[in-house]
Amino acid sequence: MLEIKNLHATIDGKAILNGLTLSVGPGEVHAIMGPNGAGKSTLSYVLGGRPGYEVTEGSVTFNGQDLLSLEAHERAAAGLFMGFQYPVEIPGVSFVQFLREALNSQRKLRGEEALSGGEFLKLAREKAALLKLDPEMLKRPVNLGFSGGEKKRAEMVQMGILDPSFAVLDETDSGLDIDALRIVGHGINAIMRQPGKSVLLITHYQRLLEYVKPDRVHVLAAGRIVKSGGPDLALQLENEGYEAVTA
Amino acid sequence: MSEALTIPTPRDEEWRYADGEILRGLSPEVFGKWKDVLLAPGETRSKCLVVGSAAPELHRIRIDVPEGARAELFVVNLGGDYTRVEAQVQLAKGAHFQFGGVTIGGGDATREFITRIAHAEPEATSTQVIRAVHWDRATGNFLGRIEVARDAQKTDAVQDFKGLLLGKGATINAKPELEIFADDVKCAHGAAIGALDQRAAYYMASRGLDPETARKLLVRAFLADAFVALDDESERDRLTEAALSALGDAV
Repeated sequence: MLEIKNLHATIDGKAILNGLTLSVGPGEVHAIMGPNGAGKSTLSYVLGGRPGYEVTEGSVTFNGQDLLSLEAHERAAAGLFMGFQYPVEIPGVSFVQFLREALNSQRKLRGEEALSGGEFLKLAREKAALLKLDPEMLKRPVNLGFSGGEKKRAEMVQMGILDPSFAVLDETDSGLDIDALRIVGHGINAIMRQPGKSVLLITHYQRLLEYVKPDRVHVLAAGRIVKSGGPDLALQLENEGYEAVTA
Repeated sequence: MSEALTIPTPRDEEWRYADGEILRGLSPEVFGKWKDVLLAPGETRSKCLVVGSAAPELHRIRIDVPEGARAELFVVNLGGDYTRVEAQVQLAKGAHFQFGGVTIGGGDATREFITRIAHAEPEATSTQVIRAVHWDRATGNFLGRIEVARDAQKTDAVQDFKGLLLGKGATINAKPELEIFADDVKCAHGAAIGALDQRAAYYMASRGLDPETARKLLVRAFLADAFVALDDESERDRLTEAALSALGDAV
């Protein structure tokens, strides 16, 4: 489903990814773990098409399509969802307005019909309930005045509404208390643990993986995957640390 | 007030950012044309305007707001050529003036608001919210002068200007000017000019919004404050849509 081959990427001329190769099949959840500065967030930015990151070598294929040739909004319409580590606040634009426009933009690009206001609100309320987020909050400006935990839950509500086939979740667990972590974990499972849907979870810690069981765990260091294994690798990392495991 | 008989030049303070070349091409009479508006004491009157065409336009308005009256003026200035909206307002005791203005456009035109609010008596209030959105080689100006007379105590005047540059060649000028002779007054003013928030634009793109729709949503949010004091929702929508329609040709 997602094939990353020998990916090299730079920002401001500085090399961050140095030959990263990774393959995620349909229906799989992969976790990427690694120390600070390993290139985890850069990987998510490059996959999402964030301006400023330059791919100098390698390729990324998504469902047979050259992902890197697509604009950020075209990637979303192709079924890719980016969960942000730091969701952006947008004063003056309500979540409802933002997500309805976003969903209908995607549908238009895919040649599907737009959702009416009523249909959209029903969908939004259903997904907010799944994440135990007060649907009234969706009337507020995007992420404005939301706590760290509310922002992350709102990210997952967005994922539920947009219904992607592939989600890249960049430290979705950071800033969450224990209860919120469980809610978000169950939300990810409910939305993405479905046939043909895949997830790339980027995280520092093992704790989210207790709720969202990965099929594969990869260790990213100095811009490349240095070790891969099953779910046990996450536990081993938690117990022994990155240095010991990757030595 | 005496009518202008000569063509002003950018050396005149209130015309300093105007398009001098276009001014010279106009006949002197147009500068003497003022629309005079006089409210009754205690009256509330609201006016919404969308101004601008392919030719230069001057809209010069004098508003006399007597005791306890309230005048509201909301304007979208989207001229395709030099377009100036000028308001001179005289406020009596306890009177209020509300101004919401948007200049928006590209090309190489200059669009401007010039306001001169005289707080002549005590306890009058005025609020001005101006937003400017420009691209190409366009210029947007706001010159806002507030005069508080010696006995106009308890004056409360607010001036809030924000500019959004959608291209590197565009220019926005803001010049707040306060002349205060009373000692118990509140006069707040702010001016900020910036570019579109690229982080927000990327966030929107990552959710599938095409750049044009994303920009429209961000500009709509940026403009909204100018018309938030307008109670009539359909007029508010009309002005907002008129302003956003000018965005169509933005790069």
